[in-house]
Amino acid sequence: MSRRPLVREVPPTTWYFRHPLYLRYMSREITCIFVGAYCVLLVVGLQRLAAGQAAYEAFLLGLRSADSIVFHLLALAASAYHAATWFGATHKAMPIQIGEGFVQPNVISGAHYVVWAVLSFVILYLAGVF
Amino acid sequence: MTQMKERLVQLEVLRYNPDTDTEAHFQRYEVTCYEEWVVLDALNKVKAEIDPTLNFRWSCHMAVCGSCGMMINGEPKLSCHTFLRDYEGIIRVEPLAHFPIERDLVTAPDDFMEKLKRVKPYLIPKEKKPISEGEYKQTPAQLMKFRQYSMCINCMLCYAACPEYGLTPSFIGPAALTMAHRYNQDSRDGGRMERQEIVATHEGVWECTFVGACSEACPAHVDPASALQQMKITSSIDWIVEHLIPGGKK
Amino acid sequence: MAKSNKPVVWFPFAAGGTVIAFFIPVIVVLTFMAALGHTPPGLSYDRMHAFAGSGLGKLIIFGVVALSLWSSAHRLRCTCFDFGIRADTLVAAVLYTMAIIGSLLSAVYLLQI
Repeated sequence: MSRRPLVREVPPTTWYFRHPLYLRYMSREITCIFVGAYCVLLVVGLQRLAAGQAAYEAFLLGLRSADSIVFHLLALAASAYHAATWFGATHKAMPIQIGEGFVQPNVISGAHYVVWAVLSFVILYLAGVF
Repeated sequence: MTQMKERLVQLEVLRYNPDTDTEAHFQRYEVTCYEEWVVLDALNKVKAEIDPTLNFRWSCHMAVCGSCGMMINGEPKLSCHTFLRDYEGIIRVEPLAHFPIERDLVTAPDDFMEKLKRVKPYLIPKEKKPISEGEYKQTPAQLMKFRQYSMCINCMLCYAACPEYGLTPSFIGPAALTMAHRYNQDSRDGGRMERQEIVATHEGVWECTFVGACSEACPAHVDPASALQQMKITSSIDWIVEHLIPGGKK
Repeated sequence: MAKSNKPVVWFPFAAGGTVIAFFIPVIVVLTFMAALGHTPPGLSYDRMHAFAGSGLGKLIIFGVVALSLWSSAHRLRCTCFDFGIRADTLVAAVLYTMAIIGSLLSAVYLLQI
């Protein structure tokens, strides 16, 4: 009896529709498009800042469009989802062993959220938001 | 003794006969099962009473041998560990994804077997001791450092779950790489740099994009994803030592 | 199979991913407030110019922008592969070059302040 194994091809462009876990993974991955685009906006802002007060203030004024508001909402959602998935995954990459036990994953991700909240609060405070 | 409740189960099973078929096709079976049964029990009843030509692997029927892996409603599972009560309607049963089909639900595990050997999944002792000098000693804490990764039952569900393995078959894969990590973390072992020759390649940990499907699928709670991410970090530190620190290369 | 040089691109990706996670959301909130017409005082020309004028400010801004650009570029490279685009070398070259150009430009602009 000879072997004639059958190979099943994986569809290279649509495989992620096969399971919700894959779709969640792709959503996490495409956050980089919005985050990257936002960083480009920051580089533009830096150029305007270097160009002088008039240019920089025109840049800030230029942010006040409907498109800009939608983009900011997308960038906020994307960066927040990135942060949540990143904080949730760190304990896997860097487990902390204490004696015979390990620090609970929730404690590690919880600590990340605390640092994130403190950092965000400090930055908002320094920016004069409150 | 209480009477176990019965239930009519419909299975949609992928069939492939290498002697006669050029493609696989689904075949529907209807079989009366007990509510408490697992998919493996249903398959065995089909084989015993309806179709003796149906082929599938199984052995322990208690999720320790790793033989009965297959796709059940599109998810990689051990058929002995998949309870009928968790499913409604027609249950689709296919051979484990990302492996060639030998016959019906039996896949060819050759690729995994070869990769498992490649990572040197055995102790390469730091100091070789003759038996007369006694055992290698290890504290409970040292054991815990690798114990989780030693629980792998080689069931290959992680390979079926991993989309990167599906897209890039040369990827060494979750279980084999986790086996390398298991020995790297073992205090008795001194073979990490030898294994790095395999682990730190493009086909090693660097094919992984941390989808995490492997750890979701693992029935033994090994968490292969965590092993791979930890090895990415150690491999990166190795790279810095080897390339950027003078005298770092051995 | 030689050992890969992937760490060259992966280490900054990991650092950048951490930076994005901790810093980008709040920065988005700041410019979002500007977009809504309530520019925070810290985003005014004088305050931003003073911050970017300082050595520490330049370092922080460059660090955040450069690492975030790199991390996004690397992730997008992997995502292109996942979407079925197999020309990985070309995609990598384009994306990493864009990230490097963005980072260099940031450095140039910061040095002008």
